[in-house]
Amino acid sequence: MKARGVARRAAFGMAVVFLVVYLVFPFGWALVSSFKTNAELFSLPARFWPEHPTLEHYRRVLANDDFLRAALNSVLVASSVTLVSLAIGALAAFALGRYRFRGRSLVLYVILSMTLFPQIAVLGALFQLVNALGLYNRLPALTLTYLVFTLPFTIWVLTGFLEAVPVEIEEAAYMDGASPLQLFAKIMLPLAAPGMVTTGLLSFIAAWNELLFALSFMQTPDKRTVTHAILSFSATTSSAFEVPWGQMMAASVLVTTPLVLLALVFQRRIIAGLTAGAVKG
Amino acid sequence: MPPPRVPRAERHAGARLVFYAESVGIGAAIDRALARRFALDTGAIVDVVLRPRDATETYASYQRLFQARSADVDVLSLDIVWPGIFAPHLLDLGAALGGLAATHLEAAIKNDTVQGRLVAMPYFTDFGMLYYRSDLLQKYGYDAPPATWDELEGMARTIQGGERARSRSFAGFVWQGKAYEGLTCNALEWIHSYGGGAILEGREPTVENPRAAQALARFHGFVGTISPVGVTGYEEEDARNVFQGGNAAFMRNWPYAYAAGNTKGSRIEGRFDVAPLPHEPGYESSAILGGWTLGVSRYSRFPDAAVAFVGYLCSPEVQRFRALVGGYIPTIPAVQSDPDVARVLPFLERVRGATLVARPSNQAGARYNEVSIAFYQGVSKALYGTDPEKALEQIARRIRRSLR
Amino acid sequence: MSTTTGEAEKQAEVAGIRAKRRARVAWAFLTPALIVTAFVALYPLCDTLYLSLTNTRLGSEEPARFVGLSNYVELAHDGFFLDALLLTVLFAVITVVLELALGLGIALLLDARFKGRSAVRAAMLVPWAIPTAVSTQMWKWMYNDVYGVFNDVLVNRLGLLSEPIAFTADPRTSLPAAVLVDVWKTTPFVALLLLAGLQLIPRELYEAARVDGATRLQAFTRITLPLLRPALLVALVFRTLDALRVFDVFYVMFGSRPDMQTLATYAHEILVSISDVGYGSAVSTAIFLVIAVFIVIYIALFQRRDT
Repeated sequence: MKARGVARRAAFGMAVVFLVVYLVFPFGWALVSSFKTNAELFSLPARFWPEHPTLEHYRRVLANDDFLRAALNSVLVASSVTLVSLAIGALAAFALGRYRFRGRSLVLYVILSMTLFPQIAVLGALFQLVNALGLYNRLPALTLTYLVFTLPFTIWVLTGFLEAVPVEIEEAAYMDGASPLQLFAKIMLPLAAPGMVTTGLLSFIAAWNELLFALSFMQTPDKRTVTHAILSFSATTSSAFEVPWGQMMAASVLVTTPLVLLALVFQRRIIAGLTAGAVKG
Repeated sequence: MPPPRVPRAERHAGARLVFYAESVGIGAAIDRALARRFALDTGAIVDVVLRPRDATETYASYQRLFQARSADVDVLSLDIVWPGIFAPHLLDLGAALGGLAATHLEAAIKNDTVQGRLVAMPYFTDFGMLYYRSDLLQKYGYDAPPATWDELEGMARTIQGGERARSRSFAGFVWQGKAYEGLTCNALEWIHSYGGGAILEGREPTVENPRAAQALARFHGFVGTISPVGVTGYEEEDARNVFQGGNAAFMRNWPYAYAAGNTKGSRIEGRFDVAPLPHEPGYESSAILGGWTLGVSRYSRFPDAAVAFVGYLCSPEVQRFRALVGGYIPTIPAVQSDPDVARVLPFLERVRGATLVARPSNQAGARYNEVSIAFYQGVSKALYGTDPEKALEQIARRIRRSLR
Repeated sequence: MSTTTGEAEKQAEVAGIRAKRRARVAWAFLTPALIVTAFVALYPLCDTLYLSLTNTRLGSEEPARFVGLSNYVELAHDGFFLDALLLTVLFAVITVVLELALGLGIALLLDARFKGRSAVRAAMLVPWAIPTAVSTQMWKWMYNDVYGVFNDVLVNRLGLLSEPIAFTADPRTSLPAAVLVDVWKTTPFVALLLLAGLQLIPRELYEAARVDGATRLQAFTRITLPLLRPALLVALVFRTLDALRVFDVFYVMFGSRPDMQTLATYAHEILVSISDVGYGSAVSTAIFLVIAVFIVIYIALFQRRDT
């Protein structure tokens, strides 16, 4: 009986260890590779640990103006999308979460279905729109079009948050003669703050990770975002015989580390947001 | 060797140009050096952006920039099949550069003149050729490069078999098999050298013929035998890297690889030569006519500086420089016959036997890119194992849709 | 009597006015969101439908014409499209099955209390947080035909293979290579979702089952699975939709390779590389229809079990 228990615990422990290795290995391997010299990267059999760790790849990546520009672009786009969708989304969520009116469920339904439809389905039409607005190869084109996927989600989650606020709080505010706008700004917004942090993080990460629109609406290297820039790495920077894998891995580590850290620091909120958004749907 | 000064330079201080430059081989470094020289002599800053190496992507980029009437690009490298397509978006260079144009090859200028407007200037010309390792041919007892595909296959097999003992990744024959414009060029050469036509006859696709199917079947057979499995993902530079690294017996590539292979420190310096591409018995050795031209966007904010820059790049001085440093074939006959140039481009003489084949840009007009994409996508499928006849049928159907 | 009626009427009237005013306020708060939604989603969606019935091309001199359903007729004969459809559905079925199975396993594992559980849950977010484009590059490096760690382990360390495999070039291994990246990237999401579902199941049910002498397997099939169905359905729907519109993994790993084209990369090629907006919109709409078919199938299956 005891032996069985030990064996079971050992099996369980191994399963957990295996799971963790599986989850972090690709990132870990990129990390290790990014510190290897080219000689070590391109030698057989592969070394699992860099014998002569080097920062050379990072130095080169950080000296690459196109890459730095792309990182800045991604920060600009992701933050502006997050701010805009939080602002618009919070207003809408206030209406949907605190008011009962005709058409409310239709609006909710439309917003929910927006989270489901594929972005590729509107690519052609959005391209014409972006052109018509003169936004082609301009970063605001991404801010605008990324709302397609950040806004519905933001509204959905924040509505859930605001619905949960007890009605007494609202009534008390009206008794004190507050206008709807004051109620929204002074009472509801602070109450929804945790939800805003969650949805803000998710929007930021989604915008940072986007590729299709970035690829289609931006053209010149100074307008690329990081996901696009990493793809272009091998296409333009290699003058040597090998694809610059070392630099590519260093760049990959640089653009993912902030996200991984964000995800780890805010893991509870993110997991709650991810599952709340889905389970309710 | 330093880049030549700008002849009769005018000042263009304050102008800032974006130049979509060559990104293949040492072209990038040369274009950067030329841009710096131009900036020094005229005061116009030139930002060199390397165009995507994949010509199809370059095409798509230009198309989108033009659709948006974007001023984000001023001077563009254009494949010789594009001037007709992009003409509405390109400035007429006739007034400023007509005199210079008269010194270039007449055929090249004709190609760049659309409805009486000179929309581009020839930069360099190109054609496909067969590179072979002269030392290895000798080692295995061959006294001449292969004339037919059978001969090539036999030699490649023998040499690969022998050399694999030394290097496990040695390949018999490398070429451009990735699904992109380069594959259109490669496959057109195969099919033409098989007597299978040239994709379009008028506006009607002609690819559905048994000769074309045989050509595709043969190259599908090469993949994984005398060519590495990965060849179906190769562009020019991938093929050149393998060949120049001493790891292939034969290569199909453009002339730029000649100068690159003979640079100091190259593993194959002085150990390779070129010949016309092989053909089937009874048919012609075929070489695709390639090359690049330079145009100026109509939406440029600094058209004068941009035109002056194109004038500089297409001047005899620069053409000579690019030939000597990069092995790029000049489009000015006087420069071609310059003794120094003739010495670094000996292959001009050696590949004389090949028939130059044009891509069907005249027939397809503005839809050329679509036709080419349909063609190389179908060819690529055949290389991955789709039945060649079925692949050709799909190509024909897609081309008809594009041209309807 | 009359006064009370009047009072009630008056009250109703006031309530009505108030409701109307409240509705007006609500719509005012909704306006920015509605404008944006209409602008970037509803209008483009309708526009796509309309464009798919025309021969619109960007940058073309000829004016666009209405061509009826001919783009769709062409689709039915387009070998490139049909191959992409087949590949996409195959990819969706394989990945969804693997992700649900694996995700359920992981969720059950993490439902147990153990030391370091929150660290493991944190590790789950690593694959999810990395941009797909970037993680695909990382996997490509591991798949490298000469210097990749997989070939190194299989050939040099374990001796299982005599020659390295070109995982992302060889047609036989290309699809599995893409599947692995997707499974790695999204299984954590499925697991977290199912874990949330598991934690909603009251523990007393299991205790009651144990008292009744049920085995662990019985408890799993009779309690866990049925109560997890809503979460499973959500995971199934989300993952299927994502898999059917897959773009990043294939675009980054295979570029324009025609035998590895999905519906989304094919639509992208037609829309962006060729600018054939009419035909490309028909492909986009087809993606929509395929997704709709899957949803209908799911609903039908789950409803039948309900009755």
